[in-house]
Amino acid sequence: MKIYDGGKIIVGLIVFVGLFTFPFVYNIGKANVMPEPKINTPAINELTEKKCVESKQFMRAEHMQLLNQWRDWAVRKGERVYVNSEGKPYTISLQNTCMHCHSNKKEFCDQCHNYMAVNPYCWNCHIAPKEKES
Amino acid sequence: MGPIFALFAVIALVLVAFVGAGVANLHFLFGVVIPYAAFAIFIVGFIYRVLIWWGSSPVPFCITTTCGQQETLPWIKQSKLENPSSTSGVIGRMALEVLLFRSLFRNLKTQMVEGTKLVYGEAKWLWLAALAFHWSFLVIVVRHLRFFIQNIPAPLKAIEGLDSFLQVGAPLLYISDAVILLAVTYLFLRRVFIPQVKYISLAADYFALFLILSIAGTGVLMRYFLKVDVVGVKELAMGLIGFNPVEAKKMQEIGVLFYIHLFLVSSLLMYFPFSKLVHMGGVFLSPTRNMTANSRMKRHINPWNYPVHVHTYEEYENDFREKMKGAGIPVEKE
Repeated sequence: MKIYDGGKIIVGLIVFVGLFTFPFVYNIGKANVMPEPKINTPAINELTEKKCVESKQFMRAEHMQLLNQWRDWAVRKGERVYVNSEGKPYTISLQNTCMHCHSNKKEFCDQCHNYMAVNPYCWNCHIAPKEKES
Repeated sequence: MGPIFALFAVIALVLVAFVGAGVANLHFLFGVVIPYAAFAIFIVGFIYRVLIWWGSSPVPFCITTTCGQQETLPWIKQSKLENPSSTSGVIGRMALEVLLFRSLFRNLKTQMVEGTKLVYGEAKWLWLAALAFHWSFLVIVVRHLRFFIQNIPAPLKAIEGLDSFLQVGAPLLYISDAVILLAVTYLFLRRVFIPQVKYISLAADYFALFLILSIAGTGVLMRYFLKVDVVGVKELAMGLIGFNPVEAKKMQEIGVLFYIHLFLVSSLLMYFPFSKLVHMGGVFLSPTRNMTANSRMKRHINPWNYPVHVHTYEEYENDFREKMKGAGIPVEKE
């Protein structure tokens, strides 16, 4: 069997295979560093029951949506109280509620955000907490 | 029957993944084995189609199709892109075709007006929807690289930033997500509502549309509505890329919707080389597009021509010279 214009076709196929196997090649020799968000801050260690405003499962999947709702409620409607699924009230505030416990942005927020290459625009308006350079 | 059959085929695929990963707990099969198999089939099948199927098919004639002035006398202006006589012209024409779908832009509609008048008009909607669909699909595929590599390079982040720059909601709305759903829906509706297009549409046409629509749909559901553990998804993807799959427990923590999405993508990859979708490679091998329109300057030799024994007049005269002379027929050589 003869291949016509084989040179050009093979160059094209090499480009095709190169593009589609790019992640495999790019990751050769690179260790898979998994994100490890840490919750050992002074405020959290003081808590008797280590619990966020909602369950861990919920926060993991929905925190961005919750924060967006909090923004709308607090900034646009002036509502400052959030009652969670257990009926417990919390003050709606990124700075004073979320970051009070999670005062370790670098070891908590940034862990997964950097891993997933997402760049939330929280800190365009809010002041990021001051942290000791580790 | 076409659209109904295709719809049920896609629903069946969704159910297979739902039962397999959600009920029967076959996470290793749906999260590791099938994706690997699908990727291998995609790469090997694609090479087979391009190299063996098309590469071994010779082009007998210079069959480039053109719609502009061919290169001719110096004072007649050549249409260099529509009728290219040089390799650079062909590259330009292919680039227009591959990147901007130039030939779809020339799409026309034909209508009878007032009973007897035949009228041609512009029909750009197909071109627009096709362009919107293909480009948003490309952006989505490129965006998905963030699941497959660590320390994402700046250009990839820039694409994602541009795609989400409207800053609607959180997680941010991607423009390409909205565009692909609208465009594919239009491409489906035109097959249903335009009678001529409906007549020539087959189940395979609808199946590709439904499959892509369901992939985009499950992706949109996962991102904006029924959340899955996205960090777990990346850990699974990185495990596949590094040939070191994550443990079963982690795979179970990811929601079943992800496995439906992954199975649909795997189905698309496996289906790709053996369906009309392989036009991704085929567009580069279309003789009517990629040949140089130089048939007046260069003779195109049919590759399957075999040597034909030709009996020239000279040989004929040599055979019969004496007899011709005897019969008084004039000969060239005495």
